[in-house]
Amino acid sequence: MIRRFLSLEWKSFSRSASFQTNLALKILMGIGALYFIGCFLIMGLAVYPILKEQGYNPVQTINRALIYYLVLDLFIRYFLQKMPVMNIRPMMILPMKKSTVVHFLLGKTFFSFFNVLHAFFFLPFTIMMLYKGEAPLSALSWWLAMWALIYVNNFVNVLINNKDAVFYPVAALVLGSAVAQYYGYFDLTQWTAPFFQALFDQPYLVVIPLAVLALLYWATFRFFYHEMHLDEKLASKSEIAKTEDFSWLNQFGTLGTFLKNDLRLLKRNKRSRTTIIMSVLFIAYGLLFYTNSIEAYKAPAFQMFAAIFCTGGFLFTFGQFVPSWDSAYYPLMMSQNIQYRDYLMSKWWLMVIATFVSTIVASFYLYFGWDVYKMILVGAVFNMGFNAHLVLLGGAFVKTPIDLTTSKQAFGNKQAFNAKTMLISLPKMLLPMVLYSIGYYTHSSDLGVLLVLAAGILGFAFRDKVFTRIERIYKTEKYATIAAYKQKA
Amino acid sequence: MIQVQQLTKMYANGVKVLDITNLDIPKGQSFGLVGNNGAGKTTFFSLLLDLIQPSSGYVKNNGIQVNTSEAWKPTTAAFLDESFLIGYLTAEEYFYFIGELRGQNKADVDALLAKHEDFFNGEILNKKKYLRDLSKGNQKKVGIIATLIGNPEVIILDEPFANLDPTTVNRLKKIIKELAEDPNVTVLVSSHDLVHTVEVCNRIVALHLGEVVKDIQTSPETLKELEEFFAV
Repeated sequence: MIRRFLSLEWKSFSRSASFQTNLALKILMGIGALYFIGCFLIMGLAVYPILKEQGYNPVQTINRALIYYLVLDLFIRYFLQKMPVMNIRPMMILPMKKSTVVHFLLGKTFFSFFNVLHAFFFLPFTIMMLYKGEAPLSALSWWLAMWALIYVNNFVNVLINNKDAVFYPVAALVLGSAVAQYYGYFDLTQWTAPFFQALFDQPYLVVIPLAVLALLYWATFRFFYHEMHLDEKLASKSEIAKTEDFSWLNQFGTLGTFLKNDLRLLKRNKRSRTTIIMSVLFIAYGLLFYTNSIEAYKAPAFQMFAAIFCTGGFLFTFGQFVPSWDSAYYPLMMSQNIQYRDYLMSKWWLMVIATFVSTIVASFYLYFGWDVYKMILVGAVFNMGFNAHLVLLGGAFVKTPIDLTTSKQAFGNKQAFNAKTMLISLPKMLLPMVLYSIGYYTHSSDLGVLLVLAAGILGFAFRDKVFTRIERIYKTEKYATIAAYKQKA
Repeated sequence: MIQVQQLTKMYANGVKVLDITNLDIPKGQSFGLVGNNGAGKTTFFSLLLDLIQPSSGYVKNNGIQVNTSEAWKPTTAAFLDESFLIGYLTAEEYFYFIGELRGQNKADVDALLAKHEDFFNGEILNKKKYLRDLSKGNQKKVGIIATLIGNPEVIILDEPFANLDPTTVNRLKKIIKELAEDPNVTVLVSSHDLVHTVEVCNRIVALHLGEVVKDIQTSPETLKELEEFFAV
């Protein structure tokens, strides 16, 4: 049975329309994965000796940091790890045990990159522990406990996925305590470190994380098992719809027609709604940079990186997937009386407006000085003038359909922002980073700002040219796009 | 109104799914396309709408070759499947959206909707439901009525009778017959159902494995002729 599932998995992966077009992306992601594996491996090998050299007790120090390690892991999972997705419906009436299906789904997550990655830290670390003469039984049971805790995280993530109401308060709490610890008000690790230390000191305690893991596995299993009915979580819940006119947009003609639709798209689908939440988070991201709390982020290139990021949230999470947002009804768009230019223009305006609003919201950065806000302003101009086009250009080649309705299903994947988004965003930030650095190092920060500003304004001037080019790509890619969108992701 | 010349559609593996040497659909005709699964009905309609690329030949709509110019779009309306509906809109919003694209104002659309109120059977308008939450049949009703917005000259409906309840099928037949009477409107309908097609169309073309095997003007004998053709 499991073998058959595995072959289904492989087929759905290798036969999807996006497989070929996204090969380059897959290679990029592979390189990224190797990079992280390398980092973790080096960390795992180096942390023990370095801590020892600096006069710390390596095990105790690690145990203090562990709580943050695990919570950070959970955060990253919440945003990036995909849920176990499988086409459940056709399986339901086939003669196979429900439990087998669910076990397979959950078993699949065991091999997720987000779990395997940690082995590259904990294994070498444990080997170093043994090598440097810690008690073998303690070291091994500690390692086993860590293994269990990572998987505890895995299942916690599966359970709380889609429950923002649980996630954000917990996130705020932990973040708050991290800040409190930084300023020396309250030390969370004082309370948690003894627990982790106990796992090392009393090897038999390893049964606790193992038991928690077993319990969580059981709970997750029950959760999925009981929701596997067509009328419950698998069925899409219907919402009470209300008709919205947005008639004030009528004055913009066809542009207004599309904008109206885009507003409804954003409002009424969870997947697209998340892009708005992400844009707000992106604005706050700059705080990490401009508060000078992280040493490496003081480099001029990174300051510009943050400026682009602050106002570019919507651009990166929404804009990159134009026209995929309209994938469900793409044949309609292609057979209606629609000019590509109007269509593109409306998306462009949407991004420009969102960037503009972000810039206004980001005005609180003025607190960190005019220099900081100046960078955010030119970042916004660059985003509007340059990246808004680039994003649309890239979108013409993205042929992954977005199923707006999946978010409402228990087995669906709803993340608007994932590793893929991140990867295709990076090049769009490199240019301003380079431009700013050139200006910064040859003359001054002001020259850097001017260079980025000039690039942004230049972008505006080329808007129509770029649009014509995009239009042509859309036309040549039209048939391939329609065919690709026909496949549900 | 619609001219088809040497139109073929082949897939990469060399399978020919459509091969029509010559087909001319004059203005005002109500044109029925019948055939088994895989006969090429949907492929033909997709080619008419330039949703797929012809392997050879061309389709002209109102004298405009569909895969080189988009000027046929303002006068053509179609409903092939659910991918012509926007799931997160309510029925009204969808109608107005299509209306705006076709240069109709709200009052025009409202007038059309009022005319077809009985077709909706009270299940569509003001229901506080998004299209994605409607049943398949009701979605189809929305799609069909949306093609009537803006007085299009060519209306293409793929399998319009499937999924509809008996009452609605009869109402739909009435609507199509009315359109057929209008000398300015060319209606193209595909169906598996010979009875319905014969009833509403004045010309019937049967496709088999992508080729035209029958092309008849509807007469009292047509149904019998078709049934014999498709008999097992």
